[in-house]
Amino acid sequence: MEHGTFTDHSSATFSLTEEDHTLANAVRFTLNQDPRVTFCGYSIPHPSDARVNIRVQTTGDPAREVLKDACQDLMLMCRHVRSTFDKAVDEFRISNPVKEMNIDSKK
Amino acid sequence: MAENEGKEEEKKFSIWDLPDVPMGKLPPHLELQRTRVVCNVDAPIHTESIQYSGAYASMGVDNSLRLDHFSNNFRVEVVRLTEEVMEFDMIGIDAAIANAFRRILIAEVPTMAIEKVLIANNTSIVQDEVLSHRLGLIPISADPRLFEYMSDNDQPNEKNTIVFKLHVRCKKGGPRFTVKSDELKWLPQGSEFVKDSRSATSSSNSKPETYTSFTCRQDSLPDFVNNAPGPKYLDIITAILGPGQEIELEAHAVKGIGKTHAKWSPVGTAWYRMLPEVVLLKEVEDDVAEELKRRCPVNVFDIEDIGNGKKSATVARPRDCTLCRECIRGGEEWEKRVALRRVKDHFIFTIESTGALPPEVLFTEAVKVLEDKCERVITDLS
Ligand code: SF4
Repeated sequence: MEHGTFTDHSSATFSLTEEDHTLANAVRFTLNQDPRVTFCGYSIPHPSDARVNIRVQTTGDPAREVLKDACQDLMLMCRHVRSTFDKAVDEFRISNPVKEMNIDSKK
Repeated sequence: MAENEGKEEEKKFSIWDLPDVPMGKLPPHLELQRTRVVCNVDAPIHTESIQYSGAYASMGVDNSLRLDHFSNNFRVEVVRLTEEVMEFDMIGIDAAIANAFRRILIAEVPTMAIEKVLIANNTSIVQDEVLSHRLGLIPISADPRLFEYMSDNDQPNEKNTIVFKLHVRCKKGGPRFTVKSDELKWLPQGSEFVKDSRSATSSSNSKPETYTSFTCRQDSLPDFVNNAPGPKYLDIITAILGPGQEIELEAHAVKGIGKTHAKWSPVGTAWYRMLPEVVLLKEVEDDVAEELKRRCPVNVFDIEDIGNGKKSATVARPRDCTLCRECIRGGEEWEKRVALRRVKDHFIFTIESTGALPPEVLFTEAVKVLEDKCERVITDLS
């Protein structure tokens, strides 16, 4: 849900339900890394509400688009983390075949 | 906030006193502040991560993160990997994202756990609710990816429920009997308890109505042919029966996440620490070197012979440093000898799995969960 004004799209607050620090803090990081962002922050209005408010103010681009891009960036980073991690695990398995055999024999 | 931080630093240092710094590079003191937490004797400083893209704009340094830059610098190195525990180094990522992975591992990667216990008979001294709670905490070895979540108005079926039976009796006149988790027997055909049939229609049914509605036996599904679901550890004590006591129950395990209840958490715990960096600021020799080596409880320092009977201290195992600060206690001269730092973008991650999935799979699942979250926001905003 977006809270903003009709005349100025460059600043808005987005209210995400069922989310917490996990997503908000990570998105705040990617938002901060975007040069179009002049201000961003998040708050959790009440600890027993599963809701987080993310504030985005930009240099002129629509805040909605900037937030979307930030999520996109985060997603691409995650993809890269996943592929790098899988590669590292495979490499470890190849370089430590003895240990791996022990694990299998326990199964 | 990050921007102010940068400006304050600037004020303290007159620009004329600084050696020339090439454009596009930070002077060393700012680079240190950006990349390291410095652990002083009283408290750590520069603990924040400088996230704002324009934090160093005035110095011609772009602090924004571009994906190609991230991709080129991000590294993972596996240190230890067993069936249950995994330790790896994650290098070149911000704490915000590393922490998101940790939080997801603990609270949002699903597993199967016993949620409903139907008790037919319990004459043991363990009360029904306590027994049920204990059963819930037993790690179930079943791949949660093969199951669906069960919502409030769903019927328990073969896709969302695993049924276990526990029926034990302690012989009269015999010794006490310890009920361990291996007594939980998988029922691939679903519940055996027949529902109270007050309605006339059920009597006409050929099959009596039970507490689950399985359309087929779970062991006929290819996923379970070779790995029957069951408790991960067979020696968890759930109750102790005295002579003549009996427990008969059925336990229904469903899919859930740690946010709802810790029994669904797939990890014993998952944590990270930043890589410690121990730096000798000046040569430490002879008696002082011995003293330094003796001070460190985890043996970070080594002593080296540097010829003509002189000895000097070296930092041999900085990774072991627990940051107890013992080596910088006892006056200013010690603080001037050793610097304790932590590398802000190097995380030593440890994942302890409870058994449903191996730790490396848990991590990939956690990353996928974060991806899904992003996707949800993107679709919400479009
Ligand atoms: S802080 Fe403690 S563990 Fe680390 S080097 Fe100093 S004495 Fe050793």
